[in-house]
Amino acid sequence: MVNTPILTVEKLNKRFFLHEQKAFIPSCADVDLTVFKKQITAMVGPTGCGKSSVLKCIFRTYLPRSGRVLYHDEAGNTTDLSQALDHRILELRHSDIGFVTQFLHCLPRKKALDVVSEPLILRGEKKEEARGAAADLLRLLNVPERLWHVPPATFSGGEKQRINLARGLISSPRLLLLDEPTASLDPDTTERVIDLLSNIKATGMGMLAVFHHPELVRRFADHVVELKSPGAEPLGMEGNP
Amino acid sequence: MKKVLEVKNLGKIYGSGCSRCLESTGPEFGSNVCPHCGSVVAAADISFDLCAGEILGIMGESGSGKSTIVKMLFFDEAPSYGEAIFLDSERQWNLFSLNAAQQRWLRNHRFGIVYQNPHLGLNFNFSAGGNIAERLLMSDSSHYGRIRERARSLLARTEVMAERMDKSPKIFSGGMQQRVQIAKALATRPPVLFLDEVTTGLDLSVQARILDLILEIQQELGTAMIAVTHDLGVIRLLASRTIVMKNGRVIEAGLTDQILEDPQHAYTQQLVASAL
Repeated sequence: MVNTPILTVEKLNKRFFLHEQKAFIPSCADVDLTVFKKQITAMVGPTGCGKSSVLKCIFRTYLPRSGRVLYHDEAGNTTDLSQALDHRILELRHSDIGFVTQFLHCLPRKKALDVVSEPLILRGEKKEEARGAAADLLRLLNVPERLWHVPPATFSGGEKQRINLARGLISSPRLLLLDEPTASLDPDTTERVIDLLSNIKATGMGMLAVFHHPELVRRFADHVVELKSPGAEPLGMEGNP
Repeated sequence: MKKVLEVKNLGKIYGSGCSRCLESTGPEFGSNVCPHCGSVVAAADISFDLCAGEILGIMGESGSGKSTIVKMLFFDEAPSYGEAIFLDSERQWNLFSLNAAQQRWLRNHRFGIVYQNPHLGLNFNFSAGGNIAERLLMSDSSHYGRIRERARSLLARTEVMAERMDKSPKIFSGGMQQRVQIAKALATRPPVLFLDEVTTGLDLSVQARILDLILEIQQELGTAMIAVTHDLGVIRLLASRTIVMKNGRVIEAGLTDQILEDPQHAYTQQLVASAL
C-alpha cells in the first residue's frame, strides 16, 4: 500500500519573545515530520523539547517562527498552515483538523453531552442527532451515564480527558492532533482508548500524537519522531523576535 | 466562508486635522492626540473582513478606538476617510457613499446594535414591547396584532417575562435592559449585529447568561457579529478572531486562541498577563 501523506512539517521552528523580560524562550527547533492517512506518528523527547508546541503550531494556536506546515486535503490541494489566512484555518478546524488538548477547556456551566456534541452542532447538524452521536462515543469511552448531564467541572482528571477525547473525535477529522490523550487514565480505560483510536485509525484518520507512556508509542505508533531539545540556542537577551 | 463586511483603511479624526496627524500618533507615541494640531486620531488605518456567522472581537483599553469603529459602521459617526462594503445577499453597499435614507434603511433592516448604555439603544418613554414595535414599524410591518406577537416572541426568546412587556425598561435591571436591547436589535433578523461592551457593568452571573444567549442566537440565526470589549473573558468565549487596538491603531490581529496563547505585541502580552 502506498502511504498518502496528510501533513508534512518541514524545518519548523518556534520561539517566544517576551517583551517584558526582553528574553527569547526557545520552544522547538528544526522539526521535520510526516503524518500519513490511516497511520499514527508519535513524537518523543524530553520534557520541554517542544512536543506540545509542535501540535499548537500545526493548529495555529502558536505562530511558527519559520518552516512549513503543509496540509494536504482530500481534493489534493496543499495549504501551508503557517501562512494561511485566519479564515482558512477556521474552515479547516471545522471540517478537517481536530485537536485533543492536554486539558479540557470548556464552559463551567455546559453539560458534558453538550460539550461533546458542540462541534457537530457548529457544523450545522441537528441537535438531537449530534447528542445521539455524543452519547454513543461517551458509552464507548466508558463515561458513566449519570455524568452526561452534568458540567465536567467537577469530574476527575480521567473523566475530563475522556470528554475531551470524545469532543475531538466526534467530528471525525481527517487529521487528529493528540496531546497525551491517556495521561490521567487508569490502565483499563487506557486500553479502551487505544482500542478506540486503533479502530478509528483504520477508517482513514491520520494522527499525530504525544504519549505519556513510552510503551504506548512502541505498541501503537507507526512512525516515531524524536525531537531534539532546542537548548542549544542560548537564551537571547537582545534583538527582535 | 462568505464575506459580509469589508472594512478598508478606515479612519476617524476629531478636530481640524493636519498633514502630520497620522505620522505623529499611535502606540509608538503612546498617544492618539496630534502634538501639532491637537486633533484626536480616534481610529486610523483600520482594515478587516467579517464573514457570515462569525464573531469578531475588538479588544483594547478605553480610548483605543474600538467603539469608534462600531459607531462609524452603524452610521452614528461619519468617518474621516476610508471605506466599508456591506455584501448583502443581492447587492453590495458602499456604506459611506450612501445617502441618509439608504443609511437609515440599512440601520433598520440589515444592522442591529446593542450598546453598553441601554439609554442609547432604548427609548425609556416606551414600553419594552413598544421599543421592539418601533423597530418593526420602521422596517415594514404595520399590523398591530402581528407586531405585538413578534415582540412577545422576541422578548420570550431573550428571556424577558411576558408580564413585563408593557412596562418601561426604565424600571428594569441592567441585565434585563440588555435583553430588551438584544430583542430589539434582532427584531428584523439583521445579518450583522454590533455589540458594544454589552456586558460591562453587569454582575458575573448576569454577564454569563447574556453571553450564553448571544452565542445561542449566533448559532440559531447565523448572525455575524462584531463584539467590542475590554474583557478577555468575553473575547475568549465569543470571538473566533480578534483584533487588538491601542491608541487608535490595530496592533495585532489573529485567531483568538493564538492572540491569547501566543500574543506577539508587547501590549497584548501585557494585557494577557494581567488577566485575573
